[in-house]
Amino acid sequence: MRGRAMAELLLQANNVAKHFGGVQALRDVSLSIRSGEIYGLIGPNGAGKTTFFNCLTGLYIPDGGGFVFDGQPLLADAPHQAAERGIARTFQNIRLFGNMTALENVMVGRHVRTGAGVLGAILQNAATRAEEAAIKQRAIDLLHYVRIEDRADDLARNLSYGDQRRLEIARALATEPKLLCLDEPAAGMNHTETDELRELIDGIRRDGTTVLLIEHDVKLVMGLCDRVAVLDYGALVIEDVPAVVQKDQRVIEAYLGA
Amino acid sequence: MDIFLQQIINGLVQGSIYALVALGYTMVYGIMGLINFAHGEVVMIGTLVTISVAGFLIKAGMPVIFAGLAGLTVSVLVCMALGWGLERVAYRPLRNAPRLTPLITAIGMSIVLQNVAMIIWGRNYLTFPPLLPSVAFEFGGAHFTAVQVIIVLVSALTMGGLLFLVYRTKLGMAMRATSQNPAVASLMGVNINRVIAAAFIIGSALGALAGIMVGTYYEIAHYQMGFMLGLKAFTAAVLGGIGNLAGAMLGGILLGLIEALGAGYIGDLTGGFLGSHYQDIFAFLVLIVVLMFKPSGLFGEKTGDRA
Repeated sequence: MRGRAMAELLLQANNVAKHFGGVQALRDVSLSIRSGEIYGLIGPNGAGKTTFFNCLTGLYIPDGGGFVFDGQPLLADAPHQAAERGIARTFQNIRLFGNMTALENVMVGRHVRTGAGVLGAILQNAATRAEEAAIKQRAIDLLHYVRIEDRADDLARNLSYGDQRRLEIARALATEPKLLCLDEPAAGMNHTETDELRELIDGIRRDGTTVLLIEHDVKLVMGLCDRVAVLDYGALVIEDVPAVVQKDQRVIEAYLGA
Repeated sequence: MDIFLQQIINGLVQGSIYALVALGYTMVYGIMGLINFAHGEVVMIGTLVTISVAGFLIKAGMPVIFAGLAGLTVSVLVCMALGWGLERVAYRPLRNAPRLTPLITAIGMSIVLQNVAMIIWGRNYLTFPPLLPSVAFEFGGAHFTAVQVIIVLVSALTMGGLLFLVYRTKLGMAMRATSQNPAVASLMGVNINRVIAAAFIIGSALGALAGIMVGTYYEIAHYQMGFMLGLKAFTAAVLGGIGNLAGAMLGGILLGLIEALGAGYIGDLTGGFLGSHYQDIFAFLVLIVVLMFKPSGLFGEKTGDRA
């Protein structure tokens, strides 16, 4: 019984706090994300959404509180450990490896799930070569998945804006995450692109990856997410299904500044 | 004309050595933005270890070729360990320090290594055992030796291997990703510490090879030999665009050629006032000119690219 309850909860944030000088960016934020859901994190600018992401993925070390991920506490002081545990992310301001090809960007994402090290790279033994071939194949599949396979050999910095966003998602998926964190994936996208993105995110969830979504586009969030949390001034205002969140007086105030 | 051809050959040989050493500077700079001024000393240790190991084995009666190979192997391994140790002990604790701090540490490590080498091998010039047969060829009025041919070939093969490693393997991909954005690379599961260690280890192995080449070529070695060699290789890396592998290779060869041609003609040009022993000024003239007119070097990218 206990095992079942644990399996349903993928991520639990317990009183996560972070301040920068005198600014309290996160005030004891506690929330929980269930396996298989699309979970939205919204809030006005500066509410602490990206800070929350950075704490979760190990780029920042929280001042207080912590995360339990997949039943085990997350020692989020080294980003590659967060990746090993199954957390991947994209960035609000796209951060691809601009001077590498789209395919290579995705291949880098495979690092976390593959072994061969320095010695293998130098000796080029059969196991290493087989592994590198498998990495390449998996990366090609992922480019297909986000539908930019025809751009595989272009440098990432030469891709269109929408394709760069897709490439970032493919790179994050290459780490085989249990939890995919998307930081404003629809920012700067037009209607068509946003619709395609919605389909992509929905497909990712259907294929078994839990999604945590930071987004400004409230319509997208309300239409796509199973549950939504609202942050304001670094504190959690509400965590509930979209229908409830939309009607909550505190949320309306936070957004309208009333 | 035969002076010209002769100096081209000499320049290519010297340039191949500069290129190998320059790669060590440029790899470390490309990945962590540090100029490892102790790299020249790694090269020096590579030479001196080879002298000790190969010299001892030859004295013990081992055939020269095997003694040479053993010396090479031990020397490369010692330098790899040394490069790894330098990073681990001297630079890793300063990873997040202001840029000047690791730079000064690097100069400090250079002095430490020189003094350690002086204690172990003494202050005197040492003779490098002749590991390769001294066969000479003639081509178009220019003379060259088997040693020179081997230096250029081994250097070219090594550089080809390095390019393969960096552009065709997983480790190389991790290195390039780290040099572009370490934070994001580590989010993708790249272990930054291992990538940086690999850059030091590979750079030091190339340095050891270069050290053996210097020893074989000049047949003499000294605990301070790494200083000038390191400075010139650094110049070559800057000339090519520091952080850029192809740049270090081209910069090394170019610098070797400039020096050789400069040394070959400086006597004629100054009416005998300056002799070929002034060849060192050319490297530093090049450094000054590059820093004044194209600080990013031949293949350099604008530094804004580094995150």
